[in-house]
Amino acid sequence: MKKQIITGLRFLTLMTILTGIVYPAIVTVITSLFFNREVHGSLVERNGVILGSELIGQNFSSPEYFWSRPSFNNYNPLPSGASNLGLLNPLLINKIIQREKEFLQGNKIKGNLNIPPEMVTASASGLDPHISPTAALLQVNRVAKARGMNQERHDQLVSLINELTEKRQFSLLGEPRINVFLLNLKVDNLK
Amino acid sequence: MNISDFTQVVLFLLVLIILTPLLGRYMARVFLDENHVLKTMVSPVEKAIYRLISCKEEEMDWKKYTFSLLVFNFMGILFLFLLQLCQNYLPLNPQKLPAPSWLLALNTSISFVTNTNWQSYGGETALSYLVQMAGLTVQNFLSAATGIAVLLAIIRGLVRKTTNKIGNFWVDSTRSILYILLPLSILLAIILTAQGVVQTFHPYVKATTLMGSEQIIPLGPVSSQIAIKQLGTNGGGFFNANSAHPFENPTPFSNFLEMLAILLIPSALTFTYGRLIGSNRQGWTMFLVMFTLLIIGLSISYYSEYKFSAIGGLINNMEGKETRFGLSNSVLWSVLTTSASNGSINAMMDSLTPLAGMVAMFNIMLGEVIFGGVGSGIYGMIMFIILTVFIAGLMVGRSPEFLGKKVEAFEVKMAILAILAPNLVILAFSAISCLTTAGITGLNNPGPHGLSEILYCFSSAAGNNGSAFAGLNSNTSFYNILTGLGMVIGRFGVIIPVLAMAGNMAGKKTIPLSGGTFRTDTWLFGLLLLSVIIIVGGLTFFPALSLGPLVEHLLLIK
Repeated sequence: MKKQIITGLRFLTLMTILTGIVYPAIVTVITSLFFNREVHGSLVERNGVILGSELIGQNFSSPEYFWSRPSFNNYNPLPSGASNLGLLNPLLINKIIQREKEFLQGNKIKGNLNIPPEMVTASASGLDPHISPTAALLQVNRVAKARGMNQERHDQLVSLINELTEKRQFSLLGEPRINVFLLNLKVDNLK
Repeated sequence: MNISDFTQVVLFLLVLIILTPLLGRYMARVFLDENHVLKTMVSPVEKAIYRLISCKEEEMDWKKYTFSLLVFNFMGILFLFLLQLCQNYLPLNPQKLPAPSWLLALNTSISFVTNTNWQSYGGETALSYLVQMAGLTVQNFLSAATGIAVLLAIIRGLVRKTTNKIGNFWVDSTRSILYILLPLSILLAIILTAQGVVQTFHPYVKATTLMGSEQIIPLGPVSSQIAIKQLGTNGGGFFNANSAHPFENPTPFSNFLEMLAILLIPSALTFTYGRLIGSNRQGWTMFLVMFTLLIIGLSISYYSEYKFSAIGGLINNMEGKETRFGLSNSVLWSVLTTSASNGSINAMMDSLTPLAGMVAMFNIMLGEVIFGGVGSGIYGMIMFIILTVFIAGLMVGRSPEFLGKKVEAFEVKMAILAILAPNLVILAFSAISCLTTAGITGLNNPGPHGLSEILYCFSSAAGNNGSAFAGLNSNTSFYNILTGLGMVIGRFGVIIPVLAMAGNMAGKKTIPLSGGTFRTDTWLFGLLLLSVIIIVGGLTFFPALSLGPLVEHLLLIK
């Protein structure tokens, strides 16, 4: 019995070194060699300032930017998380109805419309960087107007959305989507 | 559900079926100590480990095996507990995070050692890189290895005759780590990083967003932990949002791989099991029973999510779901992660439609035998097989036997114990929580959904799953103690009877097959097994479920 305890102690020590230090170190070395941008969070810089990560969503609420999804933590990554509201919870239903109103009014959309559901519901991580291309196209008029763009610029926005739309991966997996942060970054650069 | 959604599900299932015999055959070779690809390269390391821990590779009887396992798991809990409490004095804590409260630390330690990975904390705001790496990641490996070790022991009990030896715990654990878990994890971690999962020791990054506000972006050695978290059916995320977090699961492809990693080893182990007991048919019978349960769960969940999630006039509900995965991949994940005792998530269980939430809960309540945890799924299923053989024996009036071994009173007692221990935790602890103020103050949702949150919490703890209806605030003394206790009972309350049965079975003689033997590798037996699982689960939990998710569903369609 005592022998098993000593063996156990040694085994725990050895495995902590092997799977807790050596293994992460091996993975870090290999991945840093080949994917140096990814290991550090796929960061995006402009004039030496870190603007964010292209994988982490940001809060966009002013009219001249394309809006991102509602977020439970307002895109503060510390910590990530969701509302965890049940479907029948009045809090959730009221929030959805209110967001629908805001989206329609904010974009001056009249009449009946199937609002893309991601625009009126909060994501799982609170950091969802994407919206559907439809949701982006619905915002073009607002963004163009807020930036005082003429028709030609307006069309540029549309083609920018088409250009940045990510298809299903390998034409098969996931959903078509557009990265709001990268889109807004490009919009800022349109001169 | 459109064609694209359907294709993604079918593709996933196909890849899983194809990989099952491939990996299953390899694992059988590893456990039989036959030649395989990694043998020449890694076996010097294996031998060195035995030398360093002064393990003579001699076989143990069931008591020694159980003692080694329990002592080792206890030391794991203790070490992880102390590591967390000291994190503010230790290196690799760039954010200077303080130590968690001792109850939370204890809960987390039990959680990771029992392969549950229930998390009452949010990784990015609570634990240092060192704790996540040298504490949690390590237990992700060790708890999975423990599960496989128990499986190997019960298999030896079934196969061997008139011996009291059921293997060596240290050898079994070492082999599954060195030849299976580590190589697969390294491979998966590298591919995940290629997709964007971070892997660094740099401190969190401060960014200035396009709108001009400040955003602190957490980093860490993530992909090395995520790989084993998925492969070892652990499920404890590096970040609070688990695999919904873009740094844990950035693309649909990473999502596909992580889903595959949830079921890969548990599914392949059905084949390994068949190989090791000398009958591939037995392995495939088990696979088919599990696969059928998986398909039933998937069908109900998809039906519910596509049909009933239109609240507030929406086409479908994306609350708690990520755009890149969409409804389809979110639902698929929720069923997979609860079938296996993984418990990682890519969408919030709490915000699923009531029936989809119920499927997730029921999957766990069945005892985590739909592929289940690494190792634990199969030995859990063996308990149900023993029970089924016993019931079949009663029906036809013959003395029951399984793989040539007589199933007697002791086996049936152990099987029942192993099946009932988690069930008791779920119902009793849920009842206690419903009746106490401490239990209901943490609720995030009113009405039947609140009951679902509590039921799910203890199902998750007792089933060693680890996912949650996360609205429930479980970081209270009340929940930290009760879930901690639940995890211990749900893990060791099953392992000890299984090992006792292994020891008892190994001592028996083998009876040759005769015409009167009730065969256990046929469609008939598969159906019988399926019915026993559903009836046991159904009878035990139907009353509780009808007050929670079922009522909520009726309210939803009203």
